[in-house]
Amino acid sequence: MTGTVVARGSVRRGAFTLGVDLNLRPGEVVGVLGPNGAGKTTLLRALAGLDTMSEGRILAGERTWVDVAARVFLPSERRSVGYVFQNYRLFPHLSVRDNVGFAARAQGASKRESREAAAEWLTRLGIAELAPRAPRELSGGQAQRVALARALAVHPTLLLLDEPLAALDAQTRIEVRSELRTHLAEFAGATVVVTHDPLEAMMLADRLVVLEGGRIVQQGAPADVARRPATQYTARLVGLNLYEGTVTADGISLDGGGVLVAAEPEPIGSRALVAMRPSAVALHSERPEHSSPRNVWPATVASLELLTDRVRVQLTGTPDALADVTPDAVATLGITEGSAVWLSVKATELDVYPAERRP
Amino acid sequence: MPVLIAAPAAIGFVFLALPLFALLVRAPWRGLRGVLTGHAPLTALRLSLECATTAAAISVVLGVPLAWVLARVRAPGIGLLRALVLLPLVVPPVVGGVALLEALGRRGVVGRYLDSWFGVTLPFTTSGVIVAETFVAMPFLVISVEGALRAADRDLEEAAATLGASRTTVFRRVTLPLVAPSVAAGAVLCWARALGEFGATITFAGNYPGTTQTMPLAVYNALETDPQSAVALSLVLLAVAVVVLAALRDRWLRTGWNA
Repeated sequence: MTGTVVARGSVRRGAFTLGVDLNLRPGEVVGVLGPNGAGKTTLLRALAGLDTMSEGRILAGERTWVDVAARVFLPSERRSVGYVFQNYRLFPHLSVRDNVGFAARAQGASKRESREAAAEWLTRLGIAELAPRAPRELSGGQAQRVALARALAVHPTLLLLDEPLAALDAQTRIEVRSELRTHLAEFAGATVVVTHDPLEAMMLADRLVVLEGGRIVQQGAPADVARRPATQYTARLVGLNLYEGTVTADGISLDGGGVLVAAEPEPIGSRALVAMRPSAVALHSERPEHSSPRNVWPATVASLELLTDRVRVQLTGTPDALADVTPDAVATLGITEGSAVWLSVKATELDVYPAERRP
Repeated sequence: MPVLIAAPAAIGFVFLALPLFALLVRAPWRGLRGVLTGHAPLTALRLSLECATTAAAISVVLGVPLAWVLARVRAPGIGLLRALVLLPLVVPPVVGGVALLEALGRRGVVGRYLDSWFGVTLPFTTSGVIVAETFVAMPFLVISVEGALRAADRDLEEAAATLGASRTTVFRRVTLPLVAPSVAAGAVLCWARALGEFGATITFAGNYPGTTQTMPLAVYNALETDPQSAVALSLVLLAVAVVVLAALRDRWLRTGWNA
């Protein structure tokens, strides 16, 4: 059974309130990205029926899962959701086979029928040989696969994955991630993947939702979110400098101080965000006199960090900035923590876009 | 080891172990067979085993759901309910017997209707023995299972719900298997307590050989007429207790699947 899942409303957890406004279309994979405590898991739990909403509705195709005003609340077991929990939550007293067959069994299938269904899912996910094992005999990657098989066996309208790769070591994560991508592409219903790993989100999701402090602060295609982040959190994740300010005749006057001049600014008086790649920032030991960049300002080196082939320099100035330069440049300039330097950025390197008005 | 600890510990140990040791020393080992194969002791033993087992079974059937309510239901008055349920643990068994008479006796609060409507009489019958033993022993099971249910992993119950399991199915397929070791331990404890029941039984069910005279009552009777056979019968109860303790040894502290 498929259908678009529409969720609008809010979930209250003590002092914390999560605002929900989502359309989840069949076949679509929505990545939910956000810092700890942003409400990502709360969102999944509300969709799954493990937490109640304080207002609003959730509709799944023709069916109403939640309608607070009409006092409708469909419990989890009647919603057709597949939930892959962060720590998998496999039943320790059941074999892998019976874990995956649990959904069928709960719906009244015989032991044999449920085991046949389970065998089919295990084969489809390439883990048929794990069938007789107990959960405690599984590695992390295997447990993740079993948890996915168990959730898919529900034939869910909505598949929910909470940090599906967080508990895995680096090598296993890469394997499972590409597998997961394939399985999610095959899955006919809507999928929500919660993560705080931007790469995971980019790889798995068709659309990203960025959640911060219980609010959706940005939605869009992963590439757009990565290029034009709406908040500092996302900018840091994707490794961009991000400034917010007001457009003036002289350039964009930044909230934190300083002015940046861009090639294609927004209308004067409007609020704007400026995204700047660290690699677009050039460092100089003296003020550059005869150069084309229109953005030049002094700064102090706060820290240096060697990334594989370049050095990330954290600079304190007006405004602050991250700059990526070659190790060679660091040596030539002779910079170290505390050095005074000049930064320059071409106006054409700045990406300026409207800041969404937020309360 | 400091003397201040070692000395009282040693006295305590001797105090607990000495009577049992004496029982072994003074047992009429030669005549044991004769005493135990007599008609009366065998009848009492069989009655004891049957009644204790039935009482333990009833305790499981009623006590596990009761433990679930105490562990899971959030409602005012649950604390009071728990106190009432656990009261038989601390009330002297004789008092329990008197209370049972007032409740289920022929002129009891409920007993009079049992008698006049259904013709059921509990006091001074074998069923009365079972009622008295269940009354005294069931709290042991409830305590053991309630603790396990509190410690049991609620996350797994949530997972089961997302897999389409109703609350009853969750209880049957997930919760119960997870607390099974504690149910077993609680049932054994409960059975052992029922087997040794004396005060409530003799008050509510009397002491009639063949119908209500269980082993502890037989021991008490024998002590007045034939002390040798009282020792022999005690020995049998001691042996049963030792077997139960050995069976529980591994599970005593286990409260759940992962514990």
